[in-house]
Amino acid sequence: MNLTLKVWRQKGPQGTGPKDKGRMVTYDAPGISPDMSFLEMLDIVNAKLELAGEEPIAFDHDCREGICGTCSLMINGIAHGPDAGTTACQLHMRRFSDGDTIYIEPWRARAFPVLKDLIIDRSAFDRIMQAGGFISVNTGGTPDANCLPVSKEKAELSMDAAACIGCGACVASCKNASAMLFVSAKVAQFAYLPQGQPERYDRVQKMIATMDHEGFGNCTNQGECEAVCPKEIKMTNIALMNRDFLVAVATAGARQVS
Amino acid sequence: MKLESKCPTGPIETRWDRYRFETKLINPANKRKYTILVVGTGLAGASAAASLAELGYCVKAFCYQDSPRRAHSISAQGGINSAKNYRNDGDSVYRLFHDTVKGGDYRARESNVYRLAQVSLNVIDQCVAQGVPFARDYGGLLDTRSFGGAQLQRTFYARGQTGQQLLLGAYAALVRQIGLGTVEMFPRTEMLDVVVVDGRARGIVTRDMVTGAIESHHGDAVCLATGGYANVFFLSTNAKGCNTTAIWRAYKKGAAFANPCFTQIHPTCIPVTGDHQSKLTLMSESLRNDGRIWVPKNKGDKRSAGQIPENERDYFLERRYPAFGNLVPRDVASRAAKERCDAGHGVGPTGLGVFLDFTESIGRLGKHVIEERYGNLFQMYEKITGENPYESPMRIFPAAHYTMGGLWVDYNLMSTIPGLYVLGEANFSDHGANRLGASALMQGLADGYFVIPYTIGDYFGNTKLDKLDTSHPEFTKVKQEVNDRTKRLLALRGKRTVDSLHRELGLLCWEKCGMGRNEKQLKEALAAIPGIRAEFWKNAMVPGSGNDLNQALERAGRVADFLEFAELMVADALERRESCGGHFREESQTEEGEAKRDDENYSHAAVWEYQGEGKAPLLHKEQFTFEYAKPSQRSYK
Repeated sequence: MNLTLKVWRQKGPQGTGPKDKGRMVTYDAPGISPDMSFLEMLDIVNAKLELAGEEPIAFDHDCREGICGTCSLMINGIAHGPDAGTTACQLHMRRFSDGDTIYIEPWRARAFPVLKDLIIDRSAFDRIMQAGGFISVNTGGTPDANCLPVSKEKAELSMDAAACIGCGACVASCKNASAMLFVSAKVAQFAYLPQGQPERYDRVQKMIATMDHEGFGNCTNQGECEAVCPKEIKMTNIALMNRDFLVAVATAGARQVS
Repeated sequence: MKLESKCPTGPIETRWDRYRFETKLINPANKRKYTILVVGTGLAGASAAASLAELGYCVKAFCYQDSPRRAHSISAQGGINSAKNYRNDGDSVYRLFHDTVKGGDYRARESNVYRLAQVSLNVIDQCVAQGVPFARDYGGLLDTRSFGGAQLQRTFYARGQTGQQLLLGAYAALVRQIGLGTVEMFPRTEMLDVVVVDGRARGIVTRDMVTGAIESHHGDAVCLATGGYANVFFLSTNAKGCNTTAIWRAYKKGAAFANPCFTQIHPTCIPVTGDHQSKLTLMSESLRNDGRIWVPKNKGDKRSAGQIPENERDYFLERRYPAFGNLVPRDVASRAAKERCDAGHGVGPTGLGVFLDFTESIGRLGKHVIEERYGNLFQMYEKITGENPYESPMRIFPAAHYTMGGLWVDYNLMSTIPGLYVLGEANFSDHGANRLGASALMQGLADGYFVIPYTIGDYFGNTKLDKLDTSHPEFTKVKQEVNDRTKRLLALRGKRTVDSLHRELGLLCWEKCGMGRNEKQLKEALAAIPGIRAEFWKNAMVPGSGNDLNQALERAGRVADFLEFAELMVADALERRESCGGHFREESQTEEGEAKRDDENYSHAAVWEYQGEGKAPLLHKEQFTFEYAKPSQRSYK
């Protein structure tokens, strides 16, 4: 099939002067096979650009099997494109029709500045994790793994939340550029497990403080994040996080004493 | 070059304990005087960086991804082995050790493998303490399942995302240290060379992939945890960015390369659909727990799977290997599938595929059980192929997946360059000629959490390291070399994309140095590779500049190194005139077509030493001795 692409091109990082003026550029993508993945389609367009001595469209990708969370494309206004529960790298061209025009843009959020073309800087996510996205255990000295039974139900809920790949689609699709689905997934993963209890309330406070500091917005329960999440992380995690945050604030004094 | 394995002697059960007692300790106040550079943040790199920082060392960690959480360990699906014996099904450290040595076709070092089996116990404890949500039984205890090459259930898992969960555990430990200021993290940074001063690894030269800046970093030791080289085949299950540059540059600086021909072809991947294909997708080996592999008995039978009656199906693994059935090790399963396809029984449009059929287990267990066990894999299969595997069998075919070869290391995980350590898939040490399923995760974490923290201290305790920084002339020299090379790449303005050359190299390696290898084809490959390399340096096209984010340049640098590395891999395959594990020399097989080892002549690691540009590398041999796992013809019948 033959397609037309409208792609965001931006030479340099935001805030570097004249280079950061981006624009949409039109490209033809002829002879695309329905068996190709979306990124393979971009590879073909890029090969043509390269041979013409032009810079290929820069886009982030790595595993191309939907798990590393690197790919980050806004396709026709939807983060990761039209398939539910699917990353852009797992989207296949059979989803499109001959003659389609496809708009491809980067994630857009204040906390995710564009570095080049479709590549953004998501290091804010790492900084939120640094603030508390862990259980403070050093290597060694841990008890036998079966010392700590976890009910199957809780283990499954924890795993549902832990499936987050940190791609940032939730932020990109939220009108407030809120990172609450991402943050709550980590908070919930540990809140469901006994290992996560000792730091439970400190963790939620620290992660939320960093999230706010990084410039992510608040949640207004619209659910765009859940709709586009390639791993189908649920908004119930946000409810859990809000509750934990409330408890954390209310019991802050008491926790310090104990 | 002298290869000293430095393995402790005496009873194998006590070697690691005695080694740890005999190592020099560094007092906590002195640890912060040492800087360690860790390159790569997969399971091995992230766990090493975190553990070393916890001990008090200053750590700098580097990864090419935008975040350490994205290293390719994340894609591992099936599970992680450990000799916990929670199942009461006869497992033990000794049995895991024995299975691993046997699975590797007796081409690994016994002491290393035994240590791996021992610390596998601690690895599971560590991961659970970090909050890794492993699968559990109704009683709340950990669940396990079977994997290839073992007749018991020792594989712990987190749905089909075990690698992701273990990596996020290691990443959590790492970011905790970054937050505490003990690890300085450099994402989107690619290592382009190692700096050796007075014979010791003292630093690296990197490229900032956003600004293009070439920078030097000095340290007291360097740990490479940069993964394997399966992307030499272009099409593999590895992530697009996986590359051999770090270990190849180290090789050219004096780190010997062991067994480069030991590559693993994974039996259960989604078949190639066309020339546009950019990578191959693995379907976890765990699927072979419940899926049955078959092809039509009649050649060229193009009917759909459902139309082929039971008595016209050939469950060839169950037929050939009744004891292990569909759970034979990967090399055996891959070769058996290739043999059937070569004989004209392959399925699908290309004839390069076999069925993986769940009809029987769905009937026996119910669809919901299969969905719970493999739901995400079935979904992934459907996304890629557009076919529903609950209704018709999957089609699968082998693909390049993992590399057992790598930089040679001693018992300390140190390469032949003092101070240069190599961890995880990047080294050669534990899996011999074939890695068992669920053992890569085990090894990566064992190396990072529980081996390197001990062995690196011993090096510091026994070595007087001069103070130096990046103003040392050797740093200036290496930085200049990297700059020159980058300029050379950017000057390429030919008529072929880097990808097309990579594809050409990959196809050549796959056809002549893939699942089956023979002298004639290997010689043909050796003759052809320099031509592709010359074509690259004459006719490749690398647009853009070196001063900003330039993905074409990144690819070009990696492919240039693959073009050099491939020659060593093929030369090693030619040199090893025996079959063992994943290395199948067609000249050396039993009457039944199984791999036939030649222990008399090849019970060694082939260790290659770089001799300079345009010169043949020098072959050294590390002879293996087997005191415990006595070599026998591997049989899974």
